[in-house]
Amino acid sequence: MSEFEAVIGIECHVELKTDAKMFCGCPNTFGGEPNTNVCPVCLGLPGALPVPNARAIEHMLRAGLAFDAEIPAFSKFDRKNYFYPDMPKDYQISQYDMPLTQGGAVRYWLADGTLKVCRLTRIHLEEDTGKSTHAGSSDGRIAGSTFSLIDFNRAGVPLMECVSEPELHGADEAVAYLEALRRTLLALGVSDVKMEEGSLRCDANISIRPRGSRELGTKTEIKNMNSFRSVHRAIESEIARQIALIERGERVTQETRGWDEARGVSVSMRSKEEAHDYRYFPDPDLTPLSVAPARVEELRAQMPERPWQQFERYTGEYGLSVTQATQLIDAPALAGYFDRVVAIAGNARAATNFVLGDLSRLANERSVAVAESAVAPEHLAELIALVEAKQINSKIAKELLERMWDGAGSPRAIVEREGLSQTSDPAAVAALVDGVLAAHPAVVAEYRAGKVNVAGFLVGNVMKASRGKADPALVQELVKQRLG
Amino acid sequence: MPTTAWSIPILSSEKIDVRYVAKLASLALSDDEIDRFGAQLADLLTHVDALAELDTSAVPATAQVIESRNVARPDAVAPCLDRETVLAQAPARQGAFFRVPRIIAS
Amino acid sequence: MSDAAARSATAIAADVQAGRVSAREITEKALARVAAVEPRVGAYLTVLDAAARAAADRVDACIRAGERLPLAGVPLAIKDNMALAGSRTTAASKILADWVAPYTATAVARLLAAGAIPIGKANLDEFAMGSSCENSALGTTRNPYDLERVPGGSSGGSAAAVAAGEATIALGSDTGGSIREPAAFCNVVGFKPTYGRVSRYGLIAFASSLDQIGPLAHTVADAALVYDAIAGGDPMDATSLDRPVEPASARLRDDLRGCKIGIVRQFDTQTLGDDVDAVYRRAYRDLEALGAELVEVTLPTADYGLATYYLIAPAECSSNLARFDGVRYGLRVDADDVREMYARTRAAGFGPEVKRRILIGTYALSSGYYDAYYVRAQKARTLIARDFERAFQSCDLIAAPAASCPAFRFNAKSDPYSMYLMDYYTIPMSLAGLPALSVPCGWVTPDGSTRPMPLGLQLCGPLFSEPLLLGAAHAYESATGHARAHRPALDEAVDHV
Ligand SMILES: [Mg+2]
Ligand SMILES: [Zn+2]
Repeated sequence: MSEFEAVIGIECHVELKTDAKMFCGCPNTFGGEPNTNVCPVCLGLPGALPVPNARAIEHMLRAGLAFDAEIPAFSKFDRKNYFYPDMPKDYQISQYDMPLTQGGAVRYWLADGTLKVCRLTRIHLEEDTGKSTHAGSSDGRIAGSTFSLIDFNRAGVPLMECVSEPELHGADEAVAYLEALRRTLLALGVSDVKMEEGSLRCDANISIRPRGSRELGTKTEIKNMNSFRSVHRAIESEIARQIALIERGERVTQETRGWDEARGVSVSMRSKEEAHDYRYFPDPDLTPLSVAPARVEELRAQMPERPWQQFERYTGEYGLSVTQATQLIDAPALAGYFDRVVAIAGNARAATNFVLGDLSRLANERSVAVAESAVAPEHLAELIALVEAKQINSKIAKELLERMWDGAGSPRAIVEREGLSQTSDPAAVAALVDGVLAAHPAVVAEYRAGKVNVAGFLVGNVMKASRGKADPALVQELVKQRLG
Repeated sequence: MPTTAWSIPILSSEKIDVRYVAKLASLALSDDEIDRFGAQLADLLTHVDALAELDTSAVPATAQVIESRNVARPDAVAPCLDRETVLAQAPARQGAFFRVPRIIAS
Repeated sequence: MSDAAARSATAIAADVQAGRVSAREITEKALARVAAVEPRVGAYLTVLDAAARAAADRVDACIRAGERLPLAGVPLAIKDNMALAGSRTTAASKILADWVAPYTATAVARLLAAGAIPIGKANLDEFAMGSSCENSALGTTRNPYDLERVPGGSSGGSAAAVAAGEATIALGSDTGGSIREPAAFCNVVGFKPTYGRVSRYGLIAFASSLDQIGPLAHTVADAALVYDAIAGGDPMDATSLDRPVEPASARLRDDLRGCKIGIVRQFDTQTLGDDVDAVYRRAYRDLEALGAELVEVTLPTADYGLATYYLIAPAECSSNLARFDGVRYGLRVDADDVREMYARTRAAGFGPEVKRRILIGTYALSSGYYDAYYVRAQKARTLIARDFERAFQSCDLIAAPAASCPAFRFNAKSDPYSMYLMDYYTIPMSLAGLPALSVPCGWVTPDGSTRPMPLGLQLCGPLFSEPLLLGAAHAYESATGHARAHRPALDEAVDHV
């Protein structure tokens, strides 16, 4: 274990999923022909005025509640003033000292199943900028480019900024935090949260300190990470770089570094910049916001189960492994299917085995999602009940499942129609066993001479003789008894 | 004559760093302008300092004089501008884009 | 002024509606008047010949189809800080000298829908910052009553266009007095409604929490007609008020019986000079003669209005004008990198007054000064608004000068602060968001001149009191008729058309 501890805070920008942009009616869509989703408002034309999107505000409130934030009685929009060519008004409408939600925390879990909490410094609502493409240089990077091309399609897309406290201690925790954030926003339906499309963008503030120390070391900010994998690599690389510096007796410089995914290193972008003077002030074009307590309660009541709660239910109540629980949580439709099966069948373990095992395999083979397949949750629950009651054995169950996938419907009906019920009558099974032993005296002799593994051959033949319906446990027991 | 507020200079204003302010405002000023605007701004601020006479300690700030709240728009898509109309106004364009000179990282 | 444009909007609309004259005929007359006097007045930055004719033909078609249009065929001047789709919209700034708006301001659209004919885009102080129209970077507008004098500002082109008969009605914008002061200087009625009554969508912002669009017209009745057409909430402006608008045209009255009018003790007019003082004292007596009860009111913090205003308005302007950066529209002065491009573009594109206000506003918002200046000014604003609230507990309306002097000569106010002082009487009402107007109230002949120049009486009411305010102004106007006492000097040298 290293003698250093990493201290990490993550700053995210999440594009909210709405039909229209934050302050105008232009479509909020990814991509599109450059400069086509624009209007006087999101182009910052002289005289145009912003009017906020009610759904974006609601998304923020729901996100805030999902992270256990407070919804203050009063909030407002402020202008953050600075010049940048892809920001049409040369100020960003944002929220400064009175955002829509206050405080809150993200609950996340690690691979070993530990649930952790990372508090949020702030969540606020703002507008996205346009996109610049840097040209005139060989690599498309801003450094060395001689001009830039701007597309304002993204300008004015509603954006949630979410800043964590520096409470994450390593790349694993940082990525687990991001995954929990992503899952929560997906579960709420407030964002697509796709790093590859830029609807989730994040930067990491990283410092190290001697383990046990309470003081914070000098931090660096890492940018340009475009997947969770790259977040993990970048953080590990930066922690190692900082430790190496300290161990060489050097100091960490406060700076912004860009992660180069191809080379697997971060590169200094700029050293500690002059303090920004954003001249925040309340945006006089917008009215303040006040959310009625009754509305907050209404939204709270509509809150879906949050991923960490789902995780606790699966691993605690249902006894799923961390991997199984995570797999289900990350496949909401499958989890919904699973939850319905459990609700009917009442047997989480069997449901897990079928849903994550045979059904998921079939889904893979046939390229149809489980939840969209012909296997209704009610029918799977029936199948589980048939196995549980030992009316069919697992081999028959597998066969039935394939037929159900192909649209055979209720397994109970098939079992009854085709007489597939398991034979559990000891006398009938004993008769079959006796018949098989009589037919294979040589094998019986081998067994008795000590080659006990030939019992399997005999059991198989008894099963065959029962056309698969005999209770395999009973067959096994009786074969051993007769041979013994 | 209505000059009360203007005739009580309270010389508490610090010297204004006009160069810094002009940089924040993205305004290129000549040395001459810096001096002239600096003097005019300092003069205005001596008048503005009269506000210090008002006891505003217990007074809320008025950002907007009419108290409306929660004005918002339904999440509905409206028509956009035609791209050619938009780009026709651009001082410089390249294809479907607005073109700007080199951006130096802030 | 014998031309059609000098008749009242009410009369023109009635004639056009009845088919006695076509909107096209009215428009041709207005355009002819413009052609005749514009070289001397310079009210317009752009004359909209083609758009005006097209609009007139559309109005005539609507009338033939049986539609009722309250402003059918009425010639309109639009202050050039309001967007009109397809027309050059400049804010009288070099930075927007060639910008063609791709959309139309809500207030303009409402007037056009009511049948008004857009004759031209009127001159103003650059970005509406000024009180004389001398800050226009694109043209000089002269006062039709004395071509050696300013028309006032910032809506100087709008006031001059109406006064010179180049339009029957005009739209102006008022941030600290920019409708009322030029109206007073040009012998017309100028009305600033309650903040939020008229949508600001499409009005190029100067100071968003103060800007308000309003009419300039020959008569209070015409101003009321325009107000009725433009007032009301707009989904495109979050600060526009979505509350019912009581038509003011229906509330015009002939006396002031039962009306208590407050005279502000702080606004003692004795300091204004004997002749100006006499006009205002006479105006107050006239109000009394119409049945009003005069009461003295105090606005203890009104004197802090200028200081408050000259922090809040520049602060908002510094942010509102950031977008003029040479990227998407307007002027660009090229440079190697984008920061230098911004700085050069804005240096070349903005005039000195605009730069001054951007600098002071940027300073007032900057780190370390925000609380001392911006927040303090916002608190002072609260006190000023409370003063008015208290005053309106003892009166229905307040009467005050619209300006402390008549129109002055060009270059008479070279010091920025002497120009700022022009707004002394109008700024407090703006800070409080109150409806206020200027109505012609008499004449004075300035020293060294032989031409009488008009003065304006300012009337101001509580929030949303537009019908009461316009009604009272109509009573005063009808009883006194000051506006008709003199004709523009302009007409002495111009043949009637
Ligand atoms: Mg942000
Ligand atoms: Zn838009």
